[in-house]
Amino acid sequence: MPKLYSGAEIVFKCLEDQKVSHLFGYPGGAVLPIYDELKNHPSIKHILVRHEQGAGHAAEGYARSTGKPGVVLVTSGPGATNVVTALTDAYMDSVPIVCISGQVPTHLIGTDAFQECDTTGITRPCTKHNWLVKKIEDLPKIMHDAFTVAISGRPGPVLVDIPKDIQFAKTVYKNFSNKVSKQNGKNHKSFSINEINKLIDLMSKSKKPVFYTGGGVVNSGPEASNLLRELVSMTGFPITSTLQGLGCFPGDDNQFLGMLGMHGTYEANNAMHDCDLMINIGARFDDRITGKIDEFSPKSKKVHIDIDPSSINKNIKVDLPIIGDVGEVMQSIIKTTKKNKPSFLKSNKQNIAKWWSQIDKWRAKKSLNFINSEKKIMPQHAVQRLYELTKKFDTYVTTEVGQHQMWAAQHYKFNKPNRWMTSGGLGTMGYGVPAAVGVQIAHPKKLVIDIAGEASVLMTMQEMSTAVQYNLPIKIFILNNEYMGMVRQWQELLHEKNYSESYSAALPDFVKLAEAYGCVGIRAKTPDELDEKILEMINVDKPVIFDCVVDQNENCFPMIPSGKPHNQMLLGPQDQKSKKISGEGKKLV
Amino acid sequence: MSKSAYSNPTKSGKLNTHIIVVWVDNEAGVLARVVGLFSGRGYNIESLAVAEVDSKRNISRITIVTTGTPEVIAQIKLQLKKLVPVHKVADFMRTDKMVIFKEMALIKVVGNNVKVNKAFIACKKFNPVILDKTKKSVVIQITALRREIDKLTKSLKSKGMVSVSRTGAVAMTRGSETFK
Repeated sequence: MPKLYSGAEIVFKCLEDQKVSHLFGYPGGAVLPIYDELKNHPSIKHILVRHEQGAGHAAEGYARSTGKPGVVLVTSGPGATNVVTALTDAYMDSVPIVCISGQVPTHLIGTDAFQECDTTGITRPCTKHNWLVKKIEDLPKIMHDAFTVAISGRPGPVLVDIPKDIQFAKTVYKNFSNKVSKQNGKNHKSFSINEINKLIDLMSKSKKPVFYTGGGVVNSGPEASNLLRELVSMTGFPITSTLQGLGCFPGDDNQFLGMLGMHGTYEANNAMHDCDLMINIGARFDDRITGKIDEFSPKSKKVHIDIDPSSINKNIKVDLPIIGDVGEVMQSIIKTTKKNKPSFLKSNKQNIAKWWSQIDKWRAKKSLNFINSEKKIMPQHAVQRLYELTKKFDTYVTTEVGQHQMWAAQHYKFNKPNRWMTSGGLGTMGYGVPAAVGVQIAHPKKLVIDIAGEASVLMTMQEMSTAVQYNLPIKIFILNNEYMGMVRQWQELLHEKNYSESYSAALPDFVKLAEAYGCVGIRAKTPDELDEKILEMINVDKPVIFDCVVDQNENCFPMIPSGKPHNQMLLGPQDQKSKKISGEGKKLV
Repeated sequence: MSKSAYSNPTKSGKLNTHIIVVWVDNEAGVLARVVGLFSGRGYNIESLAVAEVDSKRNISRITIVTTGTPEVIAQIKLQLKKLVPVHKVADFMRTDKMVIFKEMALIKVVGNNVKVNKAFIACKKFNPVILDKTKKSVVIQITALRREIDKLTKSLKSKGMVSVSRTGAVAMTRGSETFK
């Protein structure tokens, strides 16, 4: 007679077989059997968060910074609904998350039982797949399938809903972790050498090429970033990156044009607009990137390398789609070029010399410049100082969402992948604090900073308590301008300075708040004291809330104004006077 | 110029009617996944027919009639293929001569013999079968194309039709070929 295990035991056996080391969760009635079992599995450490959304974002931070799936454990009803924002965030940004939720016992499902909700129904549109376990015999396979689905192809979140009676019920356990399930013939490696040859041909003919890379390079693993570096230096082509792709290529390299898109650099956006060959590697032509679709890069041949077939031709029609893992595709490009086109490797830099001199002219605009002040701390200056003072460490940066996020993306230079965690697709304010918790759990000795805004940070501030409980020395660097800065900026530029509800007339004293949580609070008010205070923050081996009081009226530039193509950007304050935005069309927001 | 950071809608292309056939694992919630994908992404569903076709392998066949531009139809197919329980997706134009489309309808006519007979004659072209007959009523089964049934039921309204029940369209290719 084989040994029988309870559902709760099977959950942990699966997690062990999947080599899960950390679990972010919050207990409740419908998951108590699983929590009861926790003590018998010392290899799995549970991190108790303060809100289930925090568990989800912490798992995202963990996953993004390690490349491994993040695991979340929540109870039924409100536990599950609270995690929905994080699941949606992970779905938009392709982060592998396995969420296990408790459910009321099977005989009570559908009766509006206490803490019952239709978890699989609610999470169906925000997961790659989800399962309601109705029979204990199905549990081992479902658990392992969940991991397979989360990490295969384009990664994303999955959810397994386990009723309480199933957690008690017993069955035999079978390890499925080594059996790759067929996934109904879903194929992620369908590119052919023919497509690679076509791409190389396009590359050798191009006079104005540009690489446009995204989060797919991060998701493909660290080797993909190495291959990207090799490909870019081999071809001599300029490269720009989306928000999610930052770090795959060194931010301080001369071939790097900076981030592109709505708040991207002048040179990156103009290169995208004027190029004759655009090679998209693991990005998805998001609307913050393309601007006005009709006028998006009108003269270019477009190549799109992506693991997700549905990303091809979704927003922008491309000339050459290559479906596959971007790392494998880049490897094939490099190998084939070296073998078949050695002449191209000799001549390519000369071919595009003119293009580079044009790019240098755009660069000379120095679009990220701002007018610094001696009295007030300018937010860009604060990020620059933070970068200068932390660049010698292997620093991990998370952000919230808003102006500070864009300034961080513009002024903090990343040299490695998996060091930059930000909510891009969904734009979730409150992402940064719990994400920093997750990152610090995965990398206990590393410096982890959340570049935050004072409005965002208040949405998930409770997770400071988690940081204190587990001695996680995360640094919350708040650019405090007392406004929802990005909202205020849009209202200033687009809604006749009607600052409707974007000012926080009451804010906590962040230094005292830090002390109340048991962290260290630091405040910087003037540029003179900034460096010294940042160093103080870095040197404290405790969680820190840093209240950086910045200029309240600064806007984030450059900016592609509404309804404009890439080559009509708004630059800094001087440039703005000449290109005033006017007109109607509020309805689209 | 717009005050929005989103791009303005561009002119949409010509809408075509397509029949999408999806083979799925017959498991809980699979229809909700397919239908939810359509509603969530703003695609149309004109009609829907679903039933298990292979009880051994637990495969259901879902036939969806939808309209969209070529780009939208391409997206629908790619998005459907991403769903975990989906095995394969076929797509036919309604105008495709190599494909048979059929819908079934049950029509109840109430009236005397003369009226009922008239109604039956009106159905003649569409393989009518009488499933139930009383002195005052008849239930007729017909199989036809959607537009034909539309037309017929409109004309039968004045001929004593009191109720109509219709299925969604199902489709199959002509000849010996099957969709792989």
